[in-house]
Amino acid sequence: MYLGRVMGTVVAQQKYEGLEGVKLLVVQPLNHRYEPTGDPIVAADTVRAGPGELVYLTHAREAALALDPSFVPVDASIIGIVDSMDTKKR
Amino acid sequence: MKLCRVMGTVVATAKHPVYEGRKLLVVQPVDEQGREQGHSFLAVDRVQAGEGDLVLVNSEGNGARQLIPIERLPIRSLILGIVDQVDIGR
Repeated sequence: MYLGRVMGTVVAQQKYEGLEGVKLLVVQPLNHRYEPTGDPIVAADTVRAGPGELVYLTHAREAALALDPSFVPVDASIIGIVDSMDTKKR
Repeated sequence: MKLCRVMGTVVATAKHPVYEGRKLLVVQPVDEQGREQGHSFLAVDRVQAGEGDLVLVNSEGNGARQLIPIERLPIRSLILGIVDQVDIGR
């Protein structure tokens, strides 16, 4: 699991079966210092996140397991909206 | 498994139901000397670890599914041990 910032939404009309109704968001993966850790990705949203929010994601097989029904073809899912992060000065 | 330093805690209200009541920590992978290596990520704590602890993290979903017997578990990373000492022979 890792942190990310929601940058925007993706709309696709033609999608693989199972992906209907799945909200797709563009997310910039971050480390705990809010520094980008790679390129933005598209993730399925399970928690009604919105642009600008700090979220956490799970990827690979666990991303599909976060969605209902299982085994939809996604490789990243947003599974939480971060209220606060306490990392002091680390 | 990875050797990591616990950097802090993450609090989220809106989250996948499987994460209810589970402590989520930010961990930073480190090398055998304790130097930071790669990007920090999030892991569910199973051993009452705290900020600053050197811990063992399994970040492969099958291990998590064996330990937490929930069908369709969207958790990939688990903190499984608090490291007392690392000895590197010459």
